[in-house]
Amino acid sequence: MHRATEGRTPAELLAAARGGERRAIARLLTLVERGGGAADAITGATHRLTGTAHVVGITGAPGSGKSTLTSALTTLLAEGGRRPAVVAVDPSSPLTGGAILGDRVRMEAATVAGVFVRSMATRGHGGGLALAVPGAVRVLDACGFDPVVIETVGVGQVEVDVAAAADTVVVVVTPGWGDAVQANKAGLLEVADLFVVNKADRPGASDARRDLDLMLDLTEVSGACSARRPTIVETTATKGEGVEDLLAVINTHHAVLVEGTGLEVRRACRLAAEVRARLDHLLGEAAGQALAEAGPVVGETPVETARRLAGRILGAGDTR
Amino acid sequence: MHPDRRTLSGIPVDPVYGAGPLPGEYPYTRGIHAGMYRDRHWTMRMFAGFGTAEDTNGRFKELLRSGGTGLSTAFDMPTLMGRDSDHPLAIGEVGRAGVAVDTVEDMADLFADIDLAAVTTSMTINGPAPILLAMYVAVAEEGGVERGRLAGTLQNDILKEYQAQKEYLFPPRPSVRLVTDVIRFTAAEMPRWNPVSVSGYHIREAGSTAAQELAFTLANGFAYVEAAAAVGLDVDDFAPRLSFFFNSHSDLFEEIGKFRAARRIWARWMRERYGARDERSLKLRFHTQTAGVSLTAQQPEVNIARVALQALAGVLGGTQSLHTDSYDEALALPSQEAARIALRTQQVIAHETGVADVADPLGGSAYVEWMTDELERRAEEVFDRLDDEGGGSILEGVYAGIESGWFMGEIAESAYRFEREVNAGDRVVVGVNAFTEGDEGRSSRLLRIGQDTEDLQRKRLAEVRLERDGSAVRTALARVADEAGRPGANLMPALLDAVRTRATVGEVVEVLEDVFGTYVETAVV
Amino acid sequence: MEVRNKGAAPIRVVLAKLGLDGHDRGLKVVARILRDAGMEVVYLGLRQTTGTIVDAVEQEDADVVGISMHNAGHLTLAPLIVAALADAGLGDVPVVIGGVVPDEDLDELAAAGVGAVLGPGASAVEVVASVRGVVDAGVRASGN
Repeated sequence: MHRATEGRTPAELLAAARGGERRAIARLLTLVERGGGAADAITGATHRLTGTAHVVGITGAPGSGKSTLTSALTTLLAEGGRRPAVVAVDPSSPLTGGAILGDRVRMEAATVAGVFVRSMATRGHGGGLALAVPGAVRVLDACGFDPVVIETVGVGQVEVDVAAAADTVVVVVTPGWGDAVQANKAGLLEVADLFVVNKADRPGASDARRDLDLMLDLTEVSGACSARRPTIVETTATKGEGVEDLLAVINTHHAVLVEGTGLEVRRACRLAAEVRARLDHLLGEAAGQALAEAGPVVGETPVETARRLAGRILGAGDTR
Repeated sequence: MHPDRRTLSGIPVDPVYGAGPLPGEYPYTRGIHAGMYRDRHWTMRMFAGFGTAEDTNGRFKELLRSGGTGLSTAFDMPTLMGRDSDHPLAIGEVGRAGVAVDTVEDMADLFADIDLAAVTTSMTINGPAPILLAMYVAVAEEGGVERGRLAGTLQNDILKEYQAQKEYLFPPRPSVRLVTDVIRFTAAEMPRWNPVSVSGYHIREAGSTAAQELAFTLANGFAYVEAAAAVGLDVDDFAPRLSFFFNSHSDLFEEIGKFRAARRIWARWMRERYGARDERSLKLRFHTQTAGVSLTAQQPEVNIARVALQALAGVLGGTQSLHTDSYDEALALPSQEAARIALRTQQVIAHETGVADVADPLGGSAYVEWMTDELERRAEEVFDRLDDEGGGSILEGVYAGIESGWFMGEIAESAYRFEREVNAGDRVVVGVNAFTEGDEGRSSRLLRIGQDTEDLQRKRLAEVRLERDGSAVRTALARVADEAGRPGANLMPALLDAVRTRATVGEVVEVLEDVFGTYVETAVV
Repeated sequence: MEVRNKGAAPIRVVLAKLGLDGHDRGLKVVARILRDAGMEVVYLGLRQTTGTIVDAVEQEDADVVGISMHNAGHLTLAPLIVAALADAGLGDVPVVIGGVVPDEDLDELAAAGVGAVLGPGASAVEVVASVRGVVDAGVRASGN
């Protein structure tokens, strides 16, 4: 396929990547993103090497300043001696499969400070992303990056889920009632561990904070994977204001998770979500294959056909 | 000028035809002067700049000798971006696409042996505009011409930089403060100077439609009016000196309609919304440049025809001054020969075609009047949107549109749509997607600026740095920083002091960046 | 336009402007053209340095990098980016230059290691073919 790294096996790439070769890291991420056998092999090789990195998800509406905030946050971390990495997810065009991945424009400060940034396209919403992102996080964790930040646009269930599968989930909103309502609709309220009111130098910032508080009062915060009432932080990412506060709150959240059982619960949830995504993917593939083999259906209702094929798939044993 | 005119066949023609409102009458749709070009031709202002200040000085003198009536300065990319020629990011760009100016010494060389009291000078500069204006004033005064006698135009239109040309230095709000500092300074001390040339040219070049160019440019004009009013100026104290700069593209009647609509909109908004009483505040004066983006690298000689027709649209639209592009500009900077043909094109229009004999000769044409109305209607839709976004302020609406990337998205969308039409063959570009035979033997007499210019300019800069009084520079820069941080202060006096000490453009910009911060665009692809 | 094999991974392209020049109309149009041809475009935008471009090519595992130049500095800047990539061990990633480049400079740019040049008026078909061409040539050269 392509170029210098292609000749190496996943294991060789991983050894080089863990030795600090950035191109090998990038190559592993490419293979994970493509899926298939190589991706499975990398998952196998990295799974036991992970668990160190604090995984932070950052999501919010388009235009909320997520990238600028992610840049400011990771720049601060890098300057403080940490080794942050970012996986920035942007949508693929549903028509052509292509994508314009523009997050690096706003993350230039971070890249100059040495942060490893990888842009990732959704490549269709068919669950590929839900497999690729955990795989990429695993590679970066195994290569010693900490924290690993996943940044996604908070529209679309898959994007929200991907960011939500983190130890600490940050939801970014901007001043203006509309944004908070939008966040509520997109289901972002339920997944947030903390909220950022970004662009806090604009009029309406305190209103946004109050709106969020009101909505949180009305939202039942429960369930095994999220337990605490989210903190609200105000930032003006373009000026770097409030970013230190945000980092402190993120670190506190992590510390609380580590001290208690929170982290284990979180990660069990995350693993379950990944298994679920993988299962959906495998069953989807099997369904497609069974349907293709069945050919045109005559003399059966759709329900009967589906049940018959499901029985065949489920009886088929090991799916690989 | 001769008062009476005849056609080539000897038929006498009147200065104007049709019913009112006539040219020179509100709302000035038909032109801002009653006599238009019969009284005075447009200014043939040719944009030039390359290499070192001496190189460009030579081109200026050549243009004045061959009948040009105004100077227009193109600065190189490092100067436009407020970086010195020895800045690491300047590598490969010093003197390449304009003239390099680092200090007041370069400005002095640029205008050596040119009587600054006798010419009008346009300077295409935006982010560092106040610094370059300070240098021009310093050079003139060192040569004995006081600032009040200087006539010319500073582009100084920062809003369109965020929207289109991307040569911004600081965030929008402090940048607009610099614009209003210049407006205050020239209103008080330079009565013959145009402090802002509100420019649609670059918006169009970046890919907008004619309607978008019209709407965004006038909105920016309104924004500056609001910004200047907000710092306490009376609208009639500065509005007469605001000027505009439009593109003239290939769709002849659309362009003419655009120019006519621009005048009408400006007059009405200035009177009705901003309360202007001075008639001069209502009259939209504009410079026109033919569309660089329309020039083709294929069969470049065909560009001479394109430029002639676009220039004609500018004249029929009532422009006050005109730059005609050179046919070789899709490939490189204009060569001297190509620049001369471009100027001659204007002279043909002015002296041979007769179009200058009658004011607004197309006024009353059903198509042209409809086009004018239609473009006005489309512009008003944009103003409504911005007014809403800004909560009753066009200035705030423009800020919001910049911060959200709205302008850039609209422009990028139009650019891509045009590209697709050309690629699909739905829009013919002669020599590119049709009539392509005959493209052999390209001219290779291109003007090339080499690495030696860059090296020479760095050497000159190093000499100035060595010879100047370093402590005087530091003191002056510290004052610039203080004034920048003081709300309500006007930076111009401190900038004048700083450039006189031979502080460089880059040094002043860095001091200002420390106070104002820098800006990363909202990338809308 | 050739249709790539269904299921093949998209070509990843890094697009940037090197230096101070702010003319980004062409870069944006090319970004959309490549996206609509099914490629993944990592858009760096304005005012990039050889350092930021090399970082992006490396971290994004790009197949090709496209640099837009309208500042008449291409004969100085293009060799700098080719050399910077080589220094970082990324010499196999082809460089495509687009913008205002006269024909007479093509030989010098090719000699400097530039994979392809897209001059004024290049059509969408030419842009896509050129990018695919240098990527495919790189694949053949690496023997895979």
